[in-house]
Amino acid sequence: MSTRGLEMIGAWMLGLLWVLPLLYAVWTAFHPAAYATHFDLAAPLTLENVRKAWEAAPFARYFLNTTILVTLVLAAQFLVCTPAAFAFARLRFPGRDVAFALILIQLMVAPEVLLVANYRSMAQLGLVDSILAMALPYLGSAFGIFLLRQTFRQVPQELDDAARLEGSTLLGRLWRVYVPLARPTYIAYGLVSVSYHWNNFLWPLVVTNSVSVRPLTVGLAVFASTDQGIDWSIITAATIMTSAPLLLAFLLFQRQFVASFMRAGIR
Amino acid sequence: MLKGTARSPSGARPKDELQRLSPWRDRGAAPLASLYHRRRDPLQAWLLVLPALVLLIGFTHWPAVATLLDSLFTTPRGARPARFVGLANYADLVDDPVFWKALANNAWYAAVTIPVSVALALLMALAVNAKLPGRALLRMAYFTPTMLPMIAVANIWLFFFTPDYGLLDQILGVFGGGRHTWLGDATTALPAMMAVAVWKEAGFFMIFYLAALQSMPPDLAEAAGLEGASRLYVFRRVTWPLLMPTTLFIVVNAVINAFRLVDHVVVMTRGGPDNATNLLLYHIYETGFRFWDTAAAATLTMVLLGILAALAGVQFLLLGRRAHYR
Repeated sequence: MSTRGLEMIGAWMLGLLWVLPLLYAVWTAFHPAAYATHFDLAAPLTLENVRKAWEAAPFARYFLNTTILVTLVLAAQFLVCTPAAFAFARLRFPGRDVAFALILIQLMVAPEVLLVANYRSMAQLGLVDSILAMALPYLGSAFGIFLLRQTFRQVPQELDDAARLEGSTLLGRLWRVYVPLARPTYIAYGLVSVSYHWNNFLWPLVVTNSVSVRPLTVGLAVFASTDQGIDWSIITAATIMTSAPLLLAFLLFQRQFVASFMRAGIR
Repeated sequence: MLKGTARSPSGARPKDELQRLSPWRDRGAAPLASLYHRRRDPLQAWLLVLPALVLLIGFTHWPAVATLLDSLFTTPRGARPARFVGLANYADLVDDPVFWKALANNAWYAAVTIPVSVALALLMALAVNAKLPGRALLRMAYFTPTMLPMIAVANIWLFFFTPDYGLLDQILGVFGGGRHTWLGDATTALPAMMAVAVWKEAGFFMIFYLAALQSMPPDLAEAAGLEGASRLYVFRRVTWPLLMPTTLFIVVNAVINAFRLVDHVVVMTRGGPDNATNLLLYHIYETGFRFWDTAAAATLTMVLLGILAALAGVQFLLLGRRAHYR
C-alpha cells in the first residue's frame, strides 16, 4: 500500500476517534436507558430521555437566559468596539498609542482570571445575580477592537474622502462606509463571540445563583450534580439538548463557521 | 487648538499647513480631498474610544490593581477590617502545599496538552488540506468538539470514565482489562483531564494551521517537489518554517487556555482526588468562593497574572525576532 493510502487511513481513524465520543453521547441520549452501555442496532429510538430532562429542570428558562445573554453581549460589543476600532484605525489623537496598548493587555488576561476582584465590583454595583453582571466584563473586547481595527485600516481612503466631500459627518461615514465594508469581519467576530458566550461557564457560575438568571451551562452543571440517581441517559440527553442549537447551527453553516474562525485567527 | 466648524471649508489655508495641523492620517489621500480635511478635536476621538476604555479599565485593569492591593492586606472578616500585612500572604502561599500542587499540576497539564494538541492540530490540518476524499466531513469531525461547551464535554467524558460500565472500561474489558476508577485514582485523574482538553482543543487549533496552509504559495512546495525533494524534506525545510508564526500564535493561545479553562475540573473532579487535578484557576475559585478568603485568592491571582505577563514578554521577544516571516 502506498504512503498516501496509509496517511488517508490514519486521517480517517483519527476522525473516527474524534467523533466517537459525540456519537456515543447521541446514542445514549436517544435510546432507552437499558441500551445506554451496549450497542444493538435494533434498539428502539426514543425521545423519553429528552422529555424527562426537560421536565426535571427549568431548561426553557435557561435557554431564554442564555439567549438574552448572548444577544446582549453581541449587541453591546458591536456598539462599544466599532467606534473605538475606527478611532484607532483612522484618527490621530494624543494618547492613542498608550490607550491601544492598554486595550491589548486584555488579549492576555481573560476576565475569568480576575473573577474574585470582578465579583466584588459586581457586589458593589449591586449587580450580583443578574444577566448584566455575566455580560459586563466581556463588553469591552480587546479582540473585537483589534479585529475591527485591522479591517477598517484596509478600507480605501478614497471612499472615506468621497463621503467627506458629500458632507458626511464622522459617524455618518463610519456607519455608511466602514461598517458595511467590514461585514465579513462582523460575521466572523459575531460567530466567535456567540459560541464563546453560549459555552462560557466559570464566571456565570460565580456571579449567578438563581434560576431566573442562570445560563444553560450553569443550569446543566447544577442539573448533573444534583444526584439524579446518576441516570446517564437523562444527563446525556440534557447535555446534547443544551449543545444542540450551536451544534446544529455549526452543521448547517459549517463553511461560514470555519471561515469565520480562520478569519478571526489571522492577526 | 483651532476648532474647525463642521461646515466652513478650510480651503483658504495653504494646503501643507492644513496637512500639518490635520489629526488625520493621510496615507494615499487625494490632494483635493485633503483640502477638505478638517481638524478634529482630539476630544471627538477620545469620545469614540471612551466606552471601550472605561469597560476595559473597569473590568481588567482596575481589578488587577485591586487584586495587587488585596494581596497585601488580610481578608476582612465580620467586624475585623482588612489590615496591611505586606508580603505575609505571599509567605503563607509559599508554605501552602496545595498551591505548589496546583502549580505543578498546571505545569504538567500545560506541558502535555499543548504539544499534543498542537501536533494533532497540525496533522489534522495537513490531512484536511490534502486532496482526500470526503475531506469536508473529516474537517467537521475534527472541529465539532470545539463547538461544544466544556461543561457538555465534561459530562460526556465523565460517562466514559465511569468504572465498569463506562465506555473506556468496556473497551478495555474486551481485552481482559479490569475495573478502573479513572477519575478517582490520583495517578490517572490528571491524564484523564488532559485527554479531555486535547479532544476539545486540537480541532480549534487545526483551523489556524489550515488558514496558514491555504494562504501558502503552492509553487514553493511544487518547485521543491520537482527538484526531487521528499515530502518530509519539503515539510521540514519549507512548510514548517513558514508555519512558525502560526505555531507561535497557537502556542500562546494554548498556554492562555491551559491557565484559563477549568470548567471540566469543576464538573468532573472538583480538583480531587487529594488535589491530583487541582489547577491554579480552580484553586483560586475554591479559595475565593468556597472559603471566601479574598486575600489568599488575590495572592494566588497575582501568581497567575505573573505567569501571563511572563508569557506576554516571551511572545513579544519571539515576535520581534520572527518578524521577517510575516
